[in-house]
Amino acid sequence: MSLIDLANPTRFLALSARVLPWLAAATLILLTIGLYQSAYAPDDYQQGATVKIMFIHVPNAWLSMFVWGVMSVASLGTLVWRHPLADVAAKAAAPIGASFTFLALLTGSLWGRPMWGTYWEWDARLTSVLILFLMYLGLMALWRAVEDPSRAARAAAVLTLVGALNLPIIKFSVDWWNTLHQPASVMRMGGSTLDKSFLIPLLVMAVAFTLLFVTLHIAAMRNEILRRRVRSLQMMQASRVAFSSEVGTGSRQENASEGAA
Amino acid sequence: MMSLGPYASFIVTSYAAAAIVVVMLIGWVIIDYRNQTQRLRELDRSGVTRRSSRSAVDTP
Repeated sequence: MSLIDLANPTRFLALSARVLPWLAAATLILLTIGLYQSAYAPDDYQQGATVKIMFIHVPNAWLSMFVWGVMSVASLGTLVWRHPLADVAAKAAAPIGASFTFLALLTGSLWGRPMWGTYWEWDARLTSVLILFLMYLGLMALWRAVEDPSRAARAAAVLTLVGALNLPIIKFSVDWWNTLHQPASVMRMGGSTLDKSFLIPLLVMAVAFTLLFVTLHIAAMRNEILRRRVRSLQMMQASRVAFSSEVGTGSRQENASEGAA
Repeated sequence: MMSLGPYASFIVTSYAAAAIVVVMLIGWVIIDYRNQTQRLRELDRSGVTRRSSRSAVDTP
């Protein structure tokens, strides 16, 4: 089966129904392993046990940007190729991305209080992630505000691509400006600075959360396809009712004019 | 028993919040799927079907 075959929503529904249970099982297994490893990871010599927040915070922070990246690619699919599933993919990803971004902000704040002495600081990294979260909410509001999905799709795609400019700002904010947030310690030139005892659980959790996203995204895409089918069937039903009432009115008028004659 | 030190409440709250949000996401996906399939069945019962004349609800 090629990618072109997947462009057909009916085929996507059939294939995703087969794949979803396996993805859910793999997510559950990896999350269990990741949580176990996180629980028994050693304390950091400076941060103590609060380093455990990293195993939740960092995967969510990565995914907050990754999901927007997925939505940006999907938006290109909407604007350039008008791929039938592109808009569905972007719309389905937004609430999941917003949830990951919310968790990144919340857990970062809970990590910041004991380590920095404050829950929040208006520095470049924190502010740019907050802007990302607000953009997710804005996109979701836009999709809800415009009734016609195809019109909403184009506006949302443009907004998503403009919002993608925020991703490099988030990534490099810790290098470009002085921030409380530490610089990159995993994905950096010269390799990770994290000890293996932290790096392995972190990577397992990151893969587990990524699988969680893929699973939820495919499930949400299926729901969105079904929602659009419901909408088109309801419109078909409404047009039938309107047609039959018009025919009924017309025949009554004919009968009335025949009676008068 | 693992010791979480003086900041245990911050650690536990972080993990609890993540668990709540993930459970809410899973619940949202499942409830939404049930709602959509139920609406499709209702439309199917009232005689409104897709042109392909196949059932719109894919049975897993």
